[in-house]
Amino acid sequence: MSHDMGPPNPLVELTRARVREFLREPGYVFWVFGFPLLMAIGLGLAFRSKAPELPRIAVTHGVTNESAGVLSESPQLRTQRLTSAEAQRALARTKIDLVVDQPAPNQPLVFVLDPAQEKSILARSVVKDVLERAAGREDRLRIEERRSREHGSRYVDFLLPGLIGLNLMGSSMWGIGYNLVLARKRKLLRRYAVTPMHRSHFLLSYFFSRSMFLIMELAVIIGFGRLVFGTHVQGSFTALLIAATLGAAAFAAIGFLIGARLSSTEVAGGWMNFVQLPMWLLSGSFFSYERFPEWLQLPIRCLPLTASNDALRRIYNEAGTLGSVTFELAVLAVWTLVGFAVAVRAFRWQ
Amino acid sequence: MTAATAPAIRAQSLVKRYGDKLAVAGIELSVDVGECFGLLGPNGAGKTTTVEMIEGLTRPDSGSIELFGVPWGKGRNRALQERVGVQLQDTQLADKLTVEEVLRLFRSFYRRGRGVEQLLSELDLTAERKQQYHKLSGGQKQRVALGTALAGDPELLFLDEPTTGLDPRARQSLWGIVQAFQKRKRSVLITTHYMEEAAVLCDRIAVMDQGKIIALGTPRSLIDGLGLVQFVEFETKQVLDEAALSALPVVENILRKGEGYHLRIDRSLSALRVVLAELERQRLTPVGLSTHQATLDDVFLQLTGRALKTESAEVHAGATP
Repeated sequence: MSHDMGPPNPLVELTRARVREFLREPGYVFWVFGFPLLMAIGLGLAFRSKAPELPRIAVTHGVTNESAGVLSESPQLRTQRLTSAEAQRALARTKIDLVVDQPAPNQPLVFVLDPAQEKSILARSVVKDVLERAAGREDRLRIEERRSREHGSRYVDFLLPGLIGLNLMGSSMWGIGYNLVLARKRKLLRRYAVTPMHRSHFLLSYFFSRSMFLIMELAVIIGFGRLVFGTHVQGSFTALLIAATLGAAAFAAIGFLIGARLSSTEVAGGWMNFVQLPMWLLSGSFFSYERFPEWLQLPIRCLPLTASNDALRRIYNEAGTLGSVTFELAVLAVWTLVGFAVAVRAFRWQ
Repeated sequence: MTAATAPAIRAQSLVKRYGDKLAVAGIELSVDVGECFGLLGPNGAGKTTTVEMIEGLTRPDSGSIELFGVPWGKGRNRALQERVGVQLQDTQLADKLTVEEVLRLFRSFYRRGRGVEQLLSELDLTAERKQQYHKLSGGQKQRVALGTALAGDPELLFLDEPTTGLDPRARQSLWGIVQAFQKRKRSVLITTHYMEEAAVLCDRIAVMDQGKIIALGTPRSLIDGLGLVQFVEFETKQVLDEAALSALPVVENILRKGEGYHLRIDRSLSALRVVLAELERQRLTPVGLSTHQATLDDVFLQLTGRALKTESAEVHAGATP
């Protein structure tokens, strides 16, 4: 838009001012866009799902080269040759799961294992199967195998919607609450208060700028998850956007409430952390809150971050519809309405 | 009174207290259309509280305020806010916005007003238009603040200590902008504790101290009110025989502050000669001896017994509620 096109529109100008202030502050941009991606990379790598480890076995020097060769060539096993004594020690230290021994040539093979170890039991059946097949055993039954890998079952799939929830909380609360307090501290709010500016324009400018950033934040995290971890949104994008918007609105209301009167940025920062920290821990962003005691479950589910995370997760990972998250949406709507109603009443321009 | 002939400001019996401190203790003032009116006084005199009540930002405990014959009323009066421009004391605008962005933002709040280009050139900020606010000098920031006040092309401009902390050049550049505004028959209410600023800009001045107006008039009439006098100032570490000095018929008054003396004497060369002869008779060696004609500073000193320039240790009652 050019400045030659008649008088500027206040709502447009206020919204642009918000967006510019945000984009020109590298710190904000990092916390909103960079930080969640770093979290996703770090936690995604730390908890990535690995292929199950192969059974580890030791074949003693007493075993014939023929049998030893069959075992060490099998792709289903990790095999090493050791002396009897070394093999016993390795087993005792659980460095291997099973020892294959042969006290003398022409005598039967001996499996040494700890039957209390699941992996030893697995190793026993794999070793037996490999040797039997090498000796010419034919399978009587035809069994087909179909490999399946359920979507949304890895840790990173669990994590991404939680990161979106955390991001909504952080950017909405700081972006509105802190911004208001800073403007009041700098006496900018009272400067606005002596102009004929429509107060609704002022409020709406936060709404519009937050909405724009919300879409950008979602796009960055979802796009990143898809590119780096191959995570897909199973439900509809519209449902995800609606749930995220309602989550952002609830946090905006809380931010607005914190920013309604304070004029010290330090005090405001303290309140932000005081409100956010319990939710970081309780609301299931990093691990399921079902680990907390039964009596805490309902209070936890009524926290806005829990409601956001649960709704986003169901839509993102389980192809849930809006109808499947009505409780969560209701929780967020209540936070939004009550928060704004109180904040508007409490608000001070100076 | 019809709106056409109503004064730009009419304030009657304004009272405001913060806790048990009486910040404004019954002020009457009236500013005509086209007039520049100055509120003068030290920090804590109640200037800012008075101005903010007239701006509609602070509600007086009692008294009435009308701008152009229209009272502020109970709620917000956006119609009046369209007609006034305000520069508050120490407002910091958004750091990361550029000069032209800030001006366009404020312009957007008003139905009519000055174009951004016009404002930039009037404020001499065309070269800085793309600079972010936090990178500007103090004088440039004050000009942007003045620009936000002028953005709605107001009929009445409020300036609260617009040049505090600025160097003389920046101060004069700001004065130029205000004078240009006033030439278009617009009204100004300015607070300052610089007498020189008041003398340059203001048609009339009210001197405030401790929440009251203690003198009101044109700068000339206030100075002439002191009579045909001149002032002699000097310092000395020695003991001065004050009684002998004040016994001289040409000496009207002696004010002492530590080692400093401030004498008001007849405005004649012979009076000066008599005073110097007396100092010589007392074998005094005065340091920094100077004489000058009366200024507004002398008016304040004579009215209150205190110098205007010394920062008052009083609570800054006017600034923030």
